[in-house]
Amino acid sequence: MAKNMTIHLKVWRQAGPEAPGRLVDYTVKEANEHMSFLELLDVLNEQLIKEEAEPIEFDNDCREGICGSCGLMVGGTAHGPQPRTAVCQLHMRHYNDGDTIVVEPWRAAAFPLIKDLVVDRTAFDRIVAAGGYISATTGGAADANALPIAKEKADAAMDFASCIGCGACVAACPNSSASLFTAAKIAHLALLPQGHPERTRRVVNMVDQMEKEGFGDCSNHAECEAVCPKGISIAGIATMRREYMKAMLSS
Amino acid sequence: MSNRGKSLIAAFRSPVGKKVLTGLTGLGLTLFVLIHMLGNLSYLSSDPDAYNNYADTLLNLGPVLYIIELGLVAFFVIHIVIGINIYRRKRKARAVGYTQYKSVGQPSRLTISSKTMIFTGIIIMVFLVFHLLSFKYGTYYETTTADGAVVRDLKCLMTEKFQQPLYAFGYPIVVILLGFHLRHGIWSAFQSLGATKPRLTPMIYTIGVILAVLIAVGFLFVPLYIFFSQESFSCVLPS
Repeated sequence: MAKNMTIHLKVWRQAGPEAPGRLVDYTVKEANEHMSFLELLDVLNEQLIKEEAEPIEFDNDCREGICGSCGLMVGGTAHGPQPRTAVCQLHMRHYNDGDTIVVEPWRAAAFPLIKDLVVDRTAFDRIVAAGGYISATTGGAADANALPIAKEKADAAMDFASCIGCGACVAACPNSSASLFTAAKIAHLALLPQGHPERTRRVVNMVDQMEKEGFGDCSNHAECEAVCPKGISIAGIATMRREYMKAMLSS
Repeated sequence: MSNRGKSLIAAFRSPVGKKVLTGLTGLGLTLFVLIHMLGNLSYLSSDPDAYNNYADTLLNLGPVLYIIELGLVAFFVIHIVIGINIYRRKRKARAVGYTQYKSVGQPSRLTISSKTMIFTGIIIMVFLVFHLLSFKYGTYYETTTADGAVVRDLKCLMTEKFQQPLYAFGYPIVVILLGFHLRHGIWSAFQSLGATKPRLTPMIYTIGVILAVLIAVGFLFVPLYIFFSQESFSCVLPS
């Protein structure tokens, strides 16, 4: 039998981008330890619908930590206190009966707020469009063994490719920098031969776009790595800097 | 492969370029404060002329000294201008702050040091002006060394200044703040220059912290020694 819990929430409510926002107090009496944090919000929304109040808007999709849709500041930490998980994988068993939890949206000028806890993360799409792609010939798929890649390189590239683009790095960064997101893509493709044709312009254009979107600069706080649900290392940011310097010297 | 004809200046203004410059100038300035600290320790040498001789050697470098000084000025200016720019952009990048914010700890390097770089930096910058006015451009005393050479008596100027409580205690406060600045700054410079590997990062960070402590502590000895010994002195103006 799941333990029943009462959880108090302070949730950021904001009707629209220009509307004033504030933290609103809610209490969920029927929480239980097996619920994920998003399920707790579902239960709260059911409650609100029954009271004919406006339910809380929050982004979510797969609810298994792979789509990158969800993302909330829970108790002052991106995706909550549990390391290496998205907020959909955070379970109420990590909380105690009667706890009060503050829930806020990602805060960054480059992630304008749409409603309540939902922010616009299309800035990430534009960074990827600026260079986070490769050129591949169309037609029949090439033989997988035609392009040998060392196991260690493939593993390292996969570690960077595991970025789900949730934006926690930006949200947790004291400077609201998108360096970890941008660097993950650059480091991933720099490790693989498929990434080589656009290697130089990729890093320059993606870094340019990152700046244009209004993200702050990196100060090497490394808080991004600590909150990343995929544990992507800031070694990627060091790689991005090396790639950038190489691009400058080679042109 | 084209990178849209980006000029070198534009590259150095980019988010990556700014970090590279901050790291390079930061490491240069770290080397400078390290040498400065070691030089200061010669005040405590058993040879009474050690400090003045060291200063005299530097003063006699002539054009080389000017090149070094010009380089230092350039390093300070670049480091300060970019530091302020990064701070201003950071302020703009998050218009609405969090009601609650908690660092999750390891592997985060978010510390009181990393969060206060702009403040410790500005204090050091302001201090630098007064520091140069007190010493480099301070009263010119002269003395004759044991070898019979007539040199600037900076040692006496230091004694005169650090016997005053404002100097003796104000200076250590700034030096401790410098230590905090370097605690984040040294490792950060390596990361900014891309000169790190995940396996080496903890070691680079630890060496940075040790160096920061050594520099800060090294600078503390002389002013505190002068203040607490309160030896009598008399400085001589050039005739």
